[in-house]
Amino acid sequence: MATTIATIRKRRTGFSGGRALPGFGLTLGYTVVYLSLLVLIPLTMLFVKSHELSRHAFLGIITDDRVVASFKLSFGASLIAALTSVVIGLLTAWVLVRYRFPGRRLIDGFVDLPFALPTAVAGIALTTIFAPTGWLGKYLEPRHIKVDFTPLGIVVALTFIGLPFVVRTVQPILEDLDREVEEAASSLGASRWQIVCRLLFPTILPATMTGFALAFARGLGEFGSVVFISGNIPYKTEIIPLLIYSKLEENDYPGATAIGAVTLVLSFGLLLIINVLQWWARKRQGAA
Amino acid sequence: MANGTLQPDKPAANNLSVNSAKNRVGGQKPSTARRPKPRAHTEPLALRVALILLVMALLTVFLFLPLAVVFSQALQTGWHGYIEAMKDPDSISSMKLTLLTAGISVPLNVIFGVMAAWCISKFQFRGKNILTTLIDLPFGVSPVISGMIFVLLFGARGPFAHYLSVHDIKIIFAVPGIVIATTFVTFPFVARELIPLMQAQGIDEEQAAMVLGASGWQTFRRVTLPNIKWGLLYGVVLCNARAMGEFGAVSVVSGQIVGVTNTMPLQIEQHYNDYNFVASFTLASLLALLALVTLVVKNVIEWVLGEKHTAGH
Repeated sequence: MATTIATIRKRRTGFSGGRALPGFGLTLGYTVVYLSLLVLIPLTMLFVKSHELSRHAFLGIITDDRVVASFKLSFGASLIAALTSVVIGLLTAWVLVRYRFPGRRLIDGFVDLPFALPTAVAGIALTTIFAPTGWLGKYLEPRHIKVDFTPLGIVVALTFIGLPFVVRTVQPILEDLDREVEEAASSLGASRWQIVCRLLFPTILPATMTGFALAFARGLGEFGSVVFISGNIPYKTEIIPLLIYSKLEENDYPGATAIGAVTLVLSFGLLLIINVLQWWARKRQGAA
Repeated sequence: MANGTLQPDKPAANNLSVNSAKNRVGGQKPSTARRPKPRAHTEPLALRVALILLVMALLTVFLFLPLAVVFSQALQTGWHGYIEAMKDPDSISSMKLTLLTAGISVPLNVIFGVMAAWCISKFQFRGKNILTTLIDLPFGVSPVISGMIFVLLFGARGPFAHYLSVHDIKIIFAVPGIVIATTFVTFPFVARELIPLMQAQGIDEEQAAMVLGASGWQTFRRVTLPNIKWGLLYGVVLCNARAMGEFGAVSVVSGQIVGVTNTMPLQIEQHYNDYNFVASFTLASLLALLALVTLVVKNVIEWVLGEKHTAGH
């Protein structure tokens, strides 16, 4: 360890001029050790444990009907919820950045509520609102729209969770947008619709996709806000995290491990995509 | 870009012929051109009002209603019932456990966050980007999986099972497991706030302090800390909100022993499943208040930083 740090210290280019600050070895060492003990080693356990399963057993678990139904539901609901978040999120970001109206500051501050509100609280609150006797449920019930204990309920919960991701990735890009470009386009005769389609939309596209991917990734793993409203009926409203949870409760560790490993690989794949998108967005912004 | 799609009601007031590959539009200018500045870069009033109302309606459903329903349900039997529900012994023990958990996890992650931010923002070294990415990892892990990895590690079939049972140490289905899982889930919050902030600040001020003879610790305490205090507070507030509100990960490792290993979110679930809605929403209202305080602090800090930013220019 000490030698590695020493070599790194020699290699590091340093900032031009001035003397180097102290504490590099200590802080880097502490960071690496803490990160390894708390995050890397425990995460590795999941892959070690799933490697203990034979290929046959592993495939058997993840191609089980109930598991496949769960994956389909989790993917489908997260996808629809992320798309809904994009639509509502874009509208919200646009209204917050471009228009001035009473209550704007309040709404702007409140957008982060789903980040701050514990998921279990969000879960029971949404379930109560959409229950057949609830504030919104009582209007939906006569129209035969059932939200609680259906996939629609899962989409509602995941949209709640995903919304701030889209708003907060798109908002700064919209704020930084140079209005003069729009003014120029409009004085050259471009219609508002043309400006929106050809000028604004391409500019906010990378950020929108990042927000979408963040909302989607969060939706795949989301647990607390969904379990109350979904009703957890196998084959119908059982999302992947809940299936893992049930397997653990039944002491089916191999099952939980295999499904967990697949989910984790998918999540990290998404994270990679998000990083690439953000890099793309930065590059676009830098070029603009 | 075709000229034909221009809105027909706008009179041709001026002939501008700028030939750019991107904007080959000329000949027409919006009617608002009489004003000193062209104001066509916004929507008609009716559309603006409609969009504002639409967003307000959507956000009411998705943000304000969930918050309102928590308090309305908690107070459905009046203040008396609310206070009584607060005195429920299981609820009280869950509050204590939640405070204990956050009280350990948050300081641990603050120390880590400052350390990580110092080495990443003040030095150049190989593998820095990888390290930064790895710090973000817990954000990408489902809460249930975050709990599960510690069950695999410290559970009855894990590598330490023998050692733990010989020494009679309980981690899973006990308080240590809850603390560890919470620390994992809240791991990136402080580091994530500090790294970009300290990177933007550079190392000039610290170097100046060192040249003037300050020790490393003095430099950190007198120069760095005052510069990062708002960002640090922000990180702590977010970290704490998540630590107190974490449900999935804690749910897996806790075993949900009422009065012993139930944190507030778990006790909320317990009361809810027991149809004890007043008790459930009463506890939930406390966490909702915490969320509101978190939002207020966040906005105040952003405002303070914004003021500083404008003052600096």
